[in-house]
Amino acid sequence: MGEAIVITSGKGGVGKTTTSANIGTALALQGKRVCLVDTDIGLRNLDVVMGLENRIIYDLVDVVKGRCKMQQALVKDKRFDDLLYLLPAAQTSDKNAVDPEEMKILIDDLKQDFDYIIIDCPAGIEQGYRNAVSGATKAIVVTTPEATAVRDADRIIGLLEQEDHIERPRLVINRIRPQLMKNRDTMDIDDITRHLDLELLGIVADDDQVIRATNQGEPIAMDPNNIASIAYRNIARRILGESVPLQQLQEENTGVFTKIKNFFKVK
Amino acid sequence: MNKRQNVTMKGTKDGITLHLDDACSYEELKKELNHKLIESSKSQEDKLISVLVHTGNRYLTSSQEEEIKELIRQKKNLVVESVLSNVLTKDEAEKQKQANEIVSITKIVRSGQVIEVPGDLLLIGDVNPGGTVRAGGNIFIMGELKGIAHAGYYGNQEAVISASIMKPTQLRICDSITRAPDEKQDENSREMECAYMNEEQQIIIDRLQVLVHVRPNISNLQGGF
Ligand SMILES: Nc1ncnc2c1ncn2[C@@H]1O[C@H](COP(=O)(O)OP(=O)(O)OP(=O)(O)O)[C@@H](O)[C@H]1O
Ligand SMILES: [Mg+2]
Repeated sequence: MGEAIVITSGKGGVGKTTTSANIGTALALQGKRVCLVDTDIGLRNLDVVMGLENRIIYDLVDVVKGRCKMQQALVKDKRFDDLLYLLPAAQTSDKNAVDPEEMKILIDDLKQDFDYIIIDCPAGIEQGYRNAVSGATKAIVVTTPEATAVRDADRIIGLLEQEDHIERPRLVINRIRPQLMKNRDTMDIDDITRHLDLELLGIVADDDQVIRATNQGEPIAMDPNNIASIAYRNIARRILGESVPLQQLQEENTGVFTKIKNFFKVK
Repeated sequence: MNKRQNVTMKGTKDGITLHLDDACSYEELKKELNHKLIESSKSQEDKLISVLVHTGNRYLTSSQEEEIKELIRQKKNLVVESVLSNVLTKDEAEKQKQANEIVSITKIVRSGQVIEVPGDLLLIGDVNPGGTVRAGGNIFIMGELKGIAHAGYYGNQEAVISASIMKPTQLRICDSITRAPDEKQDENSREMECAYMNEEQQIIIDRLQVLVHVRPNISNLQGGF
């Protein structure tokens, strides 16, 4: 029996889809059988991030409505022979085409076949959110260090705490810019973790390569050297139960120290 | 006339006290009260007299109580000050108990959540921005108050709010509101503080220790130590 983990945030655009794709990829790299489920009906894009868009024939709504078998809708990622699959969201259907009970049955079904089911949740707290959490037993809350994102994460955690079938969520802080954090222009990692009172699962730097990788349809976690990739791989290892120390995020070269060094160089 | 009196009237320095017998029927009582009042109002002069009504062990429903009051008020110079009874319904007793009870909750009150209790609240945990706690009585927070706290929610001006760390977005006591100052505050000076309402209906924030002086009634320890 596999484990179903929902990736959620409350606020939109903080990196749920990016986190889903990369945690899924990193778990597959560790040899686990993973199914990514896109529950953002009407606004799907997990398939784009994974570069699998052109192979979609059926979608999640088709499966739920009995228009096709699960096996027909699952899109296999050929880069990971038989380890990584995607169940895409419907692009055209209405958000309410599926209800939480139907979703739970679908996820329970997938649990028979996969080690991990990673559920990408839409933004907000409406039906889409309820669908995404209904089949999960674990949750990862994604936030950025911005006050608004942290506020919405707090709201979502409050709702997740009311779901008896979900364990205490774990936290991923995404798009960290060390220099801003150091200058206290954003909340720091300790502030956020304490404020939300969650176990910290990982921190991911804000990195241009992530955006580039997304546009190429190749998740950053496939790059063995990139800083954000290493962050996602560490998160996957922590999910598997390893204890991995937090990444040291190096500062951009505008720190006081660099300035002083440059000053002496000039002299 | 040897009949037992169902209504006795006593003059006091503040007005008159009416003792209503609790053994006779309600109708009987009403009739006799009416008689007595008519009789005595003849002899009274014009100035207003306040009346205290004792109903003994009789329970009056609120409509009966209203009827009795009306009967007294009809006599032009009588004003009902209050109606006292030795008995309460279970509901009223329950409500009174709740209003005097302290409810303790261990929890983080998160954005969008509201916690409300009829009496005092002891919260062990934080109130995050966007979260709200409300109490009919006082609010004591062992943790950080970063959201909204509303004490004396049903109109108690004496209610206070205290927190281990006081950084609220808004404080409300009874119907007064105060909000966080716009300028950023010193991080460390907000520990162990309390808020109460002064005579000018303004909410004052001060060190926790001032409560001893401004709200000594918060203590409910009987006797001493
Ligand atoms: N660590 C990162 N560094 C740089 N860019 C990032 C990072 N994480 C995410 N992004 C970028 O942020 C944007 C939003 O990310 P994403 O689509 O994953 O967010 P989302 O939470 O799924 O959004 P929505 O709420 O719309 O579903 C994307 O352009 C993505 O490439
Ligand atoms: Mg998304």
